[in-house]
Amino acid sequence: MTTIAIETQGLTHRFGDFTAVDNLSLSIPEKTIYGFLGPNGCGKSTSMRLITGLLTPTSGKIRVLGMDIPTQTEELRLRIGYMTQKFSLYEDLSVIENLRFIAQIYNLDPRLSKLRINEQLAAYELNERSSRLAGSLSGGQRQRLALACATLHKPELLILDEPTSAVDPENRRDFWEKLFDLCDQGTTILVSTHYMDEAERCHGIAILESGVKRADGSPTQLMKDLGAQVIEIGGDNLRQLKQQLIAHADIISAAQQGTHLRVLIKENIAQPQAWLQQTFVETMQGRDLTLVRPSLEDVFVHCTGEGRQ
Amino acid sequence: MSSAAISIHNSLQRIYAIMVKELRQLSRDRPTFGMIVMIPLIQLLLFGFAINTNVRNLPVALVDQSNSEITRTLVADLTASQVVNFIQQYPTPAEAANALTRGEIRAALIIPKDIAQRLNDERPTAQWLIDGSDTMVGNAIFALKNMPLTTLNSRALAGNYNSTKSTFEMTLFYNPERRSAINIVPGLVGIILTMTMVLFTSAALVRERERGNLELLITTPVKPMELMVGKIVPYVFVGLIQMAIILGLGHLIFDVPINGRLDQLLLAALVFISASLTLGMLISTIAKTQLQAMQLTVFLLIPSILLSGFMFPYEGMPKLAQWIAEALPATHFIRLIRGIILRAGTLMDLWPDLLWLASFTVIGLLVAAKRFKKRLD
Repeated sequence: MTTIAIETQGLTHRFGDFTAVDNLSLSIPEKTIYGFLGPNGCGKSTSMRLITGLLTPTSGKIRVLGMDIPTQTEELRLRIGYMTQKFSLYEDLSVIENLRFIAQIYNLDPRLSKLRINEQLAAYELNERSSRLAGSLSGGQRQRLALACATLHKPELLILDEPTSAVDPENRRDFWEKLFDLCDQGTTILVSTHYMDEAERCHGIAILESGVKRADGSPTQLMKDLGAQVIEIGGDNLRQLKQQLIAHADIISAAQQGTHLRVLIKENIAQPQAWLQQTFVETMQGRDLTLVRPSLEDVFVHCTGEGRQ
Repeated sequence: MSSAAISIHNSLQRIYAIMVKELRQLSRDRPTFGMIVMIPLIQLLLFGFAINTNVRNLPVALVDQSNSEITRTLVADLTASQVVNFIQQYPTPAEAANALTRGEIRAALIIPKDIAQRLNDERPTAQWLIDGSDTMVGNAIFALKNMPLTTLNSRALAGNYNSTKSTFEMTLFYNPERRSAINIVPGLVGIILTMTMVLFTSAALVRERERGNLELLITTPVKPMELMVGKIVPYVFVGLIQMAIILGLGHLIFDVPINGRLDQLLLAALVFISASLTLGMLISTIAKTQLQAMQLTVFLLIPSILLSGFMFPYEGMPKLAQWIAEALPATHFIRLIRGIILRAGTLMDLWPDLLWLASFTVIGLLVAAKRFKKRLD
């Protein structure tokens, strides 16, 4: 039986009359990478802050690593690592000084911490820059330093709030490799993102919108269970075609991808290609219609969008 | 329109756009907006009443060795002048001098046994022992030197009175030449330390919050009190260095004596520096931005300069201003440092001010740690 690392029931948080997190129930097994996927302002950060005890929930229950939050927040702090959205280490301290500071804050044994810091410097490819000021590092290097600091005390649970929002694609890939290494070593990782490719790497995800969980499960399962069919349409005048299509009630969405229009059609339509050709006789003439495998973005588009203004 | 006119018009329009934007932002920064109104309002009301260079009702003591009717008349005459207020009576001049060291009184009037004879001969009638460390206070009492004793003379001894003789013999303690540097330099330690210590710490927490460091710190096992103490201690040394510079240069350039013991001075300074740093920390838990922290610091600094006794004697202020002065750490420290440096007092003599500063530090730290929650809500 798998152990549950994070469990929330009916978690709700309000700022005044704005509900940031609405009745969120989660069950995240340990030693997995779990992602919060959603647009900005969907409640990802607030949920993470609630789980780490930085915010007190308006209502609902939270258990993290078997501890009741927020009452046992101080005990939890020693067992989790937290990486903030904005770089939050000291820019006027060097790489190694930041690591030493964190080691002392977590009361690591001085002899062991020296070894551990060297280990982290090597693992995160920072040993050649150990005396550089953190403020002078590139985006990717900063993220590696932040991760090195967050994992210095070997936390059982790692919480990363949009860790790669200021990182180029190559560094992002490396960063995820590190996360899989950590997960392999037994760390549970909770990560938030608004990148589809990142969400797709997670073992499990929850799609959040306006503080509400719209869907959760493994990315593969979510794609399989998408309640819609995806057709790619080629040809000219795609902008006009899009306007025409989205006006129809049975078409969930249409989005241009290069030379194609990606159209989500409700699943009760039996033959989507034939249906399109019959419904939009003139405009479909001479166009190339292909039924394709749903992507995570399709899932995302399908289950969000209602609350968007 | 000529091209020059167009260019000026465009320029004015851009200036106008920036002005409007600036005012909008200002009106949305509530605390700053409040300060714009409150700083002049409060400070004006405060200092309009408080700054009073006519020193009145200085606390003084009486040492009466004659026990005669003349003493009572003399005391009544002096009290009527409103310059002094007799609050104590001591049997010997030595005890009065001790009270002077402790800072309880500013001067003591010594009435000699033979006052009746003295009224008639060339000798001064009585003697004042004056705390000269505050020149403004010293001067106020010094002005009594030739006070005519009209009541006494007209009553019994008319005819013999020599109007050219001095009524009192004046003995100035601690600052016989009445040099203002002697009074200013130790006080300056209090003012400069208030300025730098409060400034350093008031921005400290706010800066961490602005840079995002705080969000990381609060997820670590750091306790609020640990954070407060850890941030304060380094500045204690900064404060001690500043004090050493001021007093050292004061001694070399202005010849300000250090009559008291250095260990007493060090202890007093440590407690005051801690109190000022704590005050800064408190500001830091209130202010949201570094600008607000700066304004709050200035808001506190002005009364510290004007009301603490640094510029104007405490006794010359109305009751309300005295109460405000009592709430400022600088007031207590300036009393301490003048007592130690100029009057060779010890902390045993000056314990109420030391106790006040120590209590302020402890209570202030507790409040700051309590206000600083390790939560974001």
